[in-house]
Amino acid sequence: MRFQIERRAEPSSFMRFGAPVYATFSTLVVSSIMFALLGHNPADTLFAFFITPLMTINGISEWLLKASPLILIGCGLAIGFRANVWNIGAEGQLVIGAVCASGVGLFYPAPESTLLLPLMVIAGMAGGMVWAAIPAFLRARMNTNEILVTLMMTYIATLLLSLLVHGPWRDPDGYNYPQTALLPDAAMFELFDPMYRLNTSILITVVAVFAMWFFTERSFFGYKMSVGGAAPLAARYAGFKQSRSIWVGLLISGGLAGIAGMAEAAGPLGQLSAQISPGYGFAAIIVAFIGRLHAVGIVLGGLLLSLLYLGGEAVQLSLGLPSALTSIFQGMLLFFLLASDFLIFYRFTPSPKPTKGGVT
Amino acid sequence: MDLFIAIFTGTIIAATPLIFAALGELVVEKSGVLNLGIEGMMLVGAAVGVWVSYAGLPMPLAIMSAAAAGALASLLFGVLALTFLTNQYAAGLSLTIFGTGVSAVIGKGFGSAPIDALIPLEIPFLTEIPVIGPLFFNYDPLVYFSFIMFGLISWFLYKTKAGLVVRTIGESPESSHAIGYPVIKIRYLAVMFGGAMAGLGGAYLSLAYTPLWVENMTAGKGWISLALVVFAAWRPARILFGAWLFGSMTILQLQGQALGISLPSEVLSSLPYIATIVVLVVISKNWQFLALNFPTSLAKPFRPAE
Repeated sequence: MRFQIERRAEPSSFMRFGAPVYATFSTLVVSSIMFALLGHNPADTLFAFFITPLMTINGISEWLLKASPLILIGCGLAIGFRANVWNIGAEGQLVIGAVCASGVGLFYPAPESTLLLPLMVIAGMAGGMVWAAIPAFLRARMNTNEILVTLMMTYIATLLLSLLVHGPWRDPDGYNYPQTALLPDAAMFELFDPMYRLNTSILITVVAVFAMWFFTERSFFGYKMSVGGAAPLAARYAGFKQSRSIWVGLLISGGLAGIAGMAEAAGPLGQLSAQISPGYGFAAIIVAFIGRLHAVGIVLGGLLLSLLYLGGEAVQLSLGLPSALTSIFQGMLLFFLLASDFLIFYRFTPSPKPTKGGVT
Repeated sequence: MDLFIAIFTGTIIAATPLIFAALGELVVEKSGVLNLGIEGMMLVGAAVGVWVSYAGLPMPLAIMSAAAAGALASLLFGVLALTFLTNQYAAGLSLTIFGTGVSAVIGKGFGSAPIDALIPLEIPFLTEIPVIGPLFFNYDPLVYFSFIMFGLISWFLYKTKAGLVVRTIGESPESSHAIGYPVIKIRYLAVMFGGAMAGLGGAYLSLAYTPLWVENMTAGKGWISLALVVFAAWRPARILFGAWLFGSMTILQLQGQALGISLPSEVLSSLPYIATIVVLVVISKNWQFLALNFPTSLAKPFRPAE
């Protein structure tokens, strides 16, 4: 039987929420096949990937710890994506946020001060915003493509971090490892339980999720930005300025990515080294898409992507599979999600008659 | 003089992967499709090239496999963007993320063991000429092939009817469809060609330039190639010049010491990225010039009317 593609009269609201589930399911099916090809029992591997990491309290703590930056960055990116502002360089803004915050943490004259941590949050946010302001300025004023500029800024940020930890900021007592000294205690987020790494920075993420929900669903400016993204001509007719969306989209996402970087430095890392993020800034792009650019969806997407990181590490340890499987999973998930989105607007119906020759 | 030769040849060599990837993307964009997955396809090509060469198969086969792998990877984007009418930005990004992962898994077994590199051709008489020989006739075959591809693509796009059809589709897929051209099929072919060229660019990195497999070894070269196409205002000859410009930036970092530049290596390494931003700003200001050459339907999903 042949099928043809037919445009739905109305976008299917069922598929709008079904698509992420569909995509997750397809990813599981294809990855099972992949595991089988790599010579592993698919059921056992999937269990080791997705279930085992969550069977301990430590696992849950790590799950939330990794989900937090993903959700935080995802919220910011989604605000931009809604307005068709493509910040692809959250990874760089995260790095600069961590650098600025650690700079404050390491060199503030009063390392015991209770002001230190709030100052670091501000420094991290400001760093991320400055790093995003450059592409925002170039896009708003010179019409320079922000995708390419934010990406280039990411490479530059990574090199800047490497320069600092190999050079001026290297810990003199660090046996020549490319890393800074440990941040003072007052520069660290409090742990919920000294046994586990989950810390209070997750509260920032919770606040950000609510703020993002309010901004996108309840504020007039958030609405204007979404109109600008969905219907640029209508937005222009209504007098909504595009350049303002560009600035807001990039500054918010840059600031949140900066805070995420700061929270990594002042949380699980406790210092800077040449590599501080396993690609959270890029994975957050997928989080934003999986979450349909909505606050609730982004929380779920962040939890899913965080689990992919945990699973990747788990099967590397237990089964010796490469941890790069995580990025294959990430890519596949986004791939299937985008493909399933098609079903929101189109459906497959049986063809009335098979055509001969195939070319129509 | 030796330093000049080193910089000149180094620039040509460093520009080669960019030329392959950017020329491929040029054809894709001329057909009205924007594939942001170059970085991923280059990585897949680089990893597959090393894989095949590791298996003891001859070099030409390794190169061809890399191109085939790039084309295959591009189909992932093609299906999303052309059949499922996805947002092309998102589809390209998913290809880059996916390709990064796949290449890392493929390359996991190689460690960083060096492989037999692609070696420069010895051309009788020509290579031996002093100065001229080392400057122009002492490259590996892929460098020459990149120039051949440049000639072929320029000729194809601007001198053949098929090239005209590709450009017409990039301008107006609706009218091309109305005249009876298979828009989607031609766009698929363009996307696959772009993938094969990106795969070649990747293979050049891992088989000739470095030559070994390092995770994420493209280090943004795919994205720079994308910027090159904009910088070139969708004209082949300007891609060549742009690639040399970026190649010379890369070579500064290798020859920095010889030139007496005592900046930290990170500063020199950031030059190509900074140059990309500067170049993009300069070219975007000249929007009239861009608009003249810009494929009008770029990145807009198209579905033939029923």
